[in-house]
Amino acid sequence: MPTVSVGRDRLFAALGRSYTQEEFDELCFSFGIELDDVTTEKAIISKEKHLEEDKPSADDEIIYKIEIPANRYDLLSLEGLAEALRVFNGEKKIRYTVALIPKESMLKMHVKKETSLIRPFVVCAVLRGITFDEASYNSFIDLQDKLHQNICRKRTLAAIGTHDLDTLQGPFTYEALPPTDINFIPLKQVKNFRADELMEFYKSDEKLTKFLHIIENSSVFPVIYDSNRTVLSLPPIINGAHSAITLKTKNVFIECTATDLTKAKIVLNTMVTTFSIYCERKFEVEPVEVISFDGNSSVYPDLSEYTMEVPLSYITGSIGVPLEVDEVTNLLKRMQLNAEKAGSGASNISVSVPPTRSDILHPCDVMEDVAIAYGYNNIPKRKLSSLRPLPLNQLSDLIRSEISMNGFTEVLTWILCSKKEIFEMLNRKDDKSTAVIIGNPRSSDFEVVRTSLMPGMLKTVGHNKDHPKPIKIYEVGDVVLLDDTKDVGATNRRLLAALYCGANSGFELIHSLVDRIMEVMGTPFVSIGDKSGYYIELSEEPEFLLGRQAKIIYKGSRIGTFGIVHPEVLNNFGIPDPCSFLELNIESFL
Amino acid sequence: MAEDAILGYLAVAEEIPDSGQFASQHGLHHNDVVNVIKSLHGFRYIDAQDIKRESWVLTDEGKKYAADGSPEVQLFLAVPQEGSISKDELQKKLEPSVFKIGCSQAGKNKWVDMGKQVSRKVQHVEDKVKDLLIRVQNVEEIGKDDVNSLKARKLIVAQTWKGYSVRKGPNYAPKRKKVATDLTRENLQRADWKELEFKEYNFNAKGPPAESGHLHPLLKVKQQLKNIFLQMGFEEMPTNNFVESSFWNFDALFQPQQHPARDSHDTFFLEAPSTTRELPEDYVELVKCVHESGGYGSRGYMYDWKREEANKNLLRTHTTAVSTRMLYALAKQPFAPKRYFSIDRVFRNESVDRTHLAEFHQIEGLVCDRGLTLGDLIGVLNDFFSRLGMSKLRFKPAYNPYTEPSMEIFSYHEGLKKWVEIGNSGMFRPEMLLPMGFPEDVRVIAWGLSLERPTMILYGIDNIRDLFGHKVDLSLIKRNPICRLGIN
Repeated sequence: MPTVSVGRDRLFAALGRSYTQEEFDELCFSFGIELDDVTTEKAIISKEKHLEEDKPSADDEIIYKIEIPANRYDLLSLEGLAEALRVFNGEKKIRYTVALIPKESMLKMHVKKETSLIRPFVVCAVLRGITFDEASYNSFIDLQDKLHQNICRKRTLAAIGTHDLDTLQGPFTYEALPPTDINFIPLKQVKNFRADELMEFYKSDEKLTKFLHIIENSSVFPVIYDSNRTVLSLPPIINGAHSAITLKTKNVFIECTATDLTKAKIVLNTMVTTFSIYCERKFEVEPVEVISFDGNSSVYPDLSEYTMEVPLSYITGSIGVPLEVDEVTNLLKRMQLNAEKAGSGASNISVSVPPTRSDILHPCDVMEDVAIAYGYNNIPKRKLSSLRPLPLNQLSDLIRSEISMNGFTEVLTWILCSKKEIFEMLNRKDDKSTAVIIGNPRSSDFEVVRTSLMPGMLKTVGHNKDHPKPIKIYEVGDVVLLDDTKDVGATNRRLLAALYCGANSGFELIHSLVDRIMEVMGTPFVSIGDKSGYYIELSEEPEFLLGRQAKIIYKGSRIGTFGIVHPEVLNNFGIPDPCSFLELNIESFL
Repeated sequence: MAEDAILGYLAVAEEIPDSGQFASQHGLHHNDVVNVIKSLHGFRYIDAQDIKRESWVLTDEGKKYAADGSPEVQLFLAVPQEGSISKDELQKKLEPSVFKIGCSQAGKNKWVDMGKQVSRKVQHVEDKVKDLLIRVQNVEEIGKDDVNSLKARKLIVAQTWKGYSVRKGPNYAPKRKKVATDLTRENLQRADWKELEFKEYNFNAKGPPAESGHLHPLLKVKQQLKNIFLQMGFEEMPTNNFVESSFWNFDALFQPQQHPARDSHDTFFLEAPSTTRELPEDYVELVKCVHESGGYGSRGYMYDWKREEANKNLLRTHTTAVSTRMLYALAKQPFAPKRYFSIDRVFRNESVDRTHLAEFHQIEGLVCDRGLTLGDLIGVLNDFFSRLGMSKLRFKPAYNPYTEPSMEIFSYHEGLKKWVEIGNSGMFRPEMLLPMGFPEDVRVIAWGLSLERPTMILYGIDNIRDLFGHKVDLSLIKRNPICRLGIN
């Protein structure tokens, strides 16, 4: 994206009002440009020279660096930018005109056949009675630079030469000659150079050396002469010193040579429309006739407005906002596009695209301008059909894969179990406050709904006595607890359980797993009492061995317990090897 | 032994006032007693208080004399009872140091006559020095004058004696339980687990590092994004084709051949295979026309479109090249709406720095249907980004050669307290869709963003090279939490 640097105060003067930085930022955002940086001339220079930045003093001019969309060449200068924002704010737009001059009295540019070998196109125009001040002069130079960098693709596609017309004598000729036949004093030099020598000379010129390749290997070089054989320029490399423009220049001759005629026209139009504001007859440009070697003649610049018919339904149907014709035309006016209802009956809109808006190629570009002027952020959104997954199940799945990656094997055990298994066999007493009791069990295996994943896990180990040790298993599943706050009096709870069984208890390994689970949940280990993470404290649960068990406190609440399974519990489940077990509530992570 | 003695003694007595005395009374080495006291104290069977005493111990010289007798006595005994012995002869019988000290001390004591010839002055002497040394050795009291004289002769030195006074501790038991660090299978088999006492476990420290495998954070985020797309009804596009032709990467997207993105500064062009072998000719012709002279309501770019440019191979600069192929294939069928997505590698000829890599991942989603509007685009973006936890969005007009309108997506960052750009979106241009053969009312809305940027924000990484590539810190990959995008 190209960036232009403009003086803030000059810009505000051109806009006819001033803004706070936030206000201006908002204006840029809604128009589709971006206030990239706010700086001063001094800061830019110190930065370039890698100097310590001086404290900006109050009288330093504030510079706004503004990012411009790559297809809006008309915004590459303060003048163009101000014009677009002014109109966007509702001011009247400028209409550019070409001076009505009879063809006989027009300046002429004759194009020689040889130019087709290297750079076949040239377009020209004149800005009469211009008054430069330092700022506008600098802007005039800067815009040429910006155009050369962007649309001209580093002068390959097109290159601009600007000249003090009063130092020259038309008609002009655009020729292509062997380098040895071209002699002139180039801009910023005092000595006469032959074109081939000049190319050699510029090889050491940091700025110009990049452009030499464009013509270097050609047998002929493009060159523009006036009727006195004064060299105007050796495009796309350098202008002649003779016709150099200055602050005092009154009449500017602009030529643009190119390999791409469309781009040349855009470049010329951009130059003349932008700076016609400083002409004696504001916004009027004097034409030049370009006569080809084959006799074809064209008059430039072509500032005619291009008319495009756009169906209203296309605009409203694409944006998704119902708008009337006059609403659309009013919105388009703010985007520098004159529009009116086309003909009668059908609701088509006839849009006049000014020469400054070369970016408008298709009705979709018009539609976009309507949307911008309407405000992207005012368009009501429409929701496409989509699904939302259940967070609890998604989280369970993510945790399951993390635990598997820790080398634990998943088991899937029954929800139903015997009462004994959740109480006596775990050294627990039934206080009738936790378990859902089944009224008509077929067998003692189905007396209650589990309140813990522990019995299922221990039964699994008990039935796998011959499995090589260690055994590392886990389960993520629901238990059910009595709950008075629920309509039915009971509620599910998603728990995670993990178990280690081997020659040793594996207590430290289960402790590590707790740490890992907390790490994957993005929870820091904190000191006791701190509610910003998790910590671990000694617990006293009957199913675990005293002194070798702990509760996990997460954000101030207890979410689980781990420890060495009590030998009596192991015995109850017929397990001959020590086990460590972890159980925690994963709903607390949601 | 010592342990039983101490615990047993405390079973009946209140206190062991002095471990040193206790040791000698019970015929134990004080060192052993001290070690047991320390251990029992650690498990709080007993409470031990330090006691200190100055005591005397023999120097090496003192030890020698305690065994062999004092030099003066050795010398005296070497002198014959009767007559005399020459000094030289006497010297030969004794060690040099013994001779030297013996001479001076025996002389001082007036036991012998010291001349060229040495003879006894008395017939009987007592080795008082040896006796004193033995008493010191046995930790018996000796008189102050004796201490001073032995000290002066450097036969004894002062030493601080350390011992303890001991009482019952809170965990006192007449017999110590077995101390264990873990419950083992043997404990269960021997059924001695009831007697086990565990060393206190430190819950203030984390457990040892877990042995685990880890997924790459970028791919964790990718997986979640994939889920989000699937939930939104998007189908994944096959993106396993990094090499692409300029035609599919640029031309078919109505991106003009002079566009800066097609510079070698931005794109990796290929030396081998340098050009594409084939393109769909009839479609190429339509694309050429729309670039050169427009059509479908467009003015076109009005330049000479060159086939050679389109043929140039490159590493795809965006996954939109794949989207283009997919849309082209879709347009060949009787029209049916589609939602497509992809998340895969793209390549840019950029210099690598903190925020840029020459390759990164692009996330892309597109919806192709009749009568889609900007309202649909805004709606789908709100749906998508709210699943990533970004529900406060706004849109800025932007330019992109193949979308019109184009919208940059900004999200309000609560941490930074400002709007940050998070992606780009738009409606594909008719100049791109119509040459493919889509009906005129079919529109395609699409958006894209990089996978790296949201991942960096999510995991607080500010240098992209720390996240992706060979310079990553493996521990960063291990430390990362799960990606919860799309869950809340």
